[in-house]
Amino acid sequence: MLGALIIVFREVIEAGIIVGIVMAVTKGVPGSRLMAGAGVVAGVLGASAVAAFAGVIANALNGVGQELLNAAILSLAVCMLAWHNIWMASHGRELAADARQLGQDVRNGARSLVALAIVVAVAVMREGSEVALFLYGLVAAGGATSRDLLLGSALGLAAGVAVSAVTYFGLVTIPPRRLFAVTSALITFLAAGLASQAANFFQQAGFVTAWSDTAWNTSAILSDTSLFGRVLHTLVGYSDQPSVLQVVVYAATLAAIFTLSRAFAPRASLRPAAPRAS
Amino acid sequence: MSLSPRKLAIGLAGAIAFCLLAAPAPAQESALVHVTLKDHRFSPAEPTAPAGKPITIELTNLDPTPSEFESKTLRVEKVVAGGGKITIAVRALTPGRYRFFDDYHEDTTEGFLVVQ
Repeated sequence: MLGALIIVFREVIEAGIIVGIVMAVTKGVPGSRLMAGAGVVAGVLGASAVAAFAGVIANALNGVGQELLNAAILSLAVCMLAWHNIWMASHGRELAADARQLGQDVRNGARSLVALAIVVAVAVMREGSEVALFLYGLVAAGGATSRDLLLGSALGLAAGVAVSAVTYFGLVTIPPRRLFAVTSALITFLAAGLASQAANFFQQAGFVTAWSDTAWNTSAILSDTSLFGRVLHTLVGYSDQPSVLQVVVYAATLAAIFTLSRAFAPRASLRPAAPRAS
Repeated sequence: MSLSPRKLAIGLAGAIAFCLLAAPAPAQESALVHVTLKDHRFSPAEPTAPAGKPITIELTNLDPTPSEFESKTLRVEKVVAGGGKITIAVRALTPGRYRFFDDYHEDTTEGFLVVQ
């Protein structure tokens, strides 16, 4: 039972952290709860579909369908996170400064919500499909022990939801004035980590063969399969044996989001008046 | 601002389509390694492969339940359906022992790709 708990928990922890961050980022925005919920539902449906068609997907596109699907949905999440951050840099401060300023800004805000809902859906879908396959294996194996394992899985899932809650409540205790800077940084690192994972899947698919050497090996110091390593893996993209390409993509994504956020930020907001709490 | 999630998504879809169309055939001949999975055990548990050239692992899952072939050192993570078959492309490696396992049954499934 403990084994099943750990396996499921390990899979859901990344999605849990991402959902928690997105909920904190969109706290107080009208319709954000609905969007996050829709993202989770879409993610679960997507995960079930991916799990159900795992065999078909694996053999699609000359046998690299699975790698490309993973790379594509991770890239989608990176783009959505980048877009959100850049958009927030250009509009977010005004919104925070006057929450009653509606009209066009709210429509734009809703678009930003869609981007984040997609991120939630992608995170749930990716981790969820592996959980779904694992659970299917347990059910298919049958027997008395499988009930025990299913209970362990349910507890693992609950622990993942708890991680989500801890992330959310940890973030919302940050004063609103500082929250914007903290979540912007978090999302930038999150996006860079996901981009490096996408790069790995492109390499696994054989699309990129350059820079495939291992850049460093720190598995003896901190394994990225340990709990702390796993959290770092999600938050800042820590990997104990990344390829050179992964490191390059990681740095390039960080630099791109940072530079674009700067470029799109209105001059006036370089020294903003302290925004009121919304 | 003209940047929107939809435009980004369209651009991304285009980029992926381009990648698919431009996907090159494997440039270098790769060494083929067959591995089967039965009763959550790899057979052979220590397949060998030559160093210095790309390796293709063909994994056949004879169990009715799905598994996830995973290796930290090979940097591979791939699901195989129950009764399914997958191919795993591995970069050219230096001699050594590269551990792999089934992520769903790490307690019983351990194998090493022995590169010589």
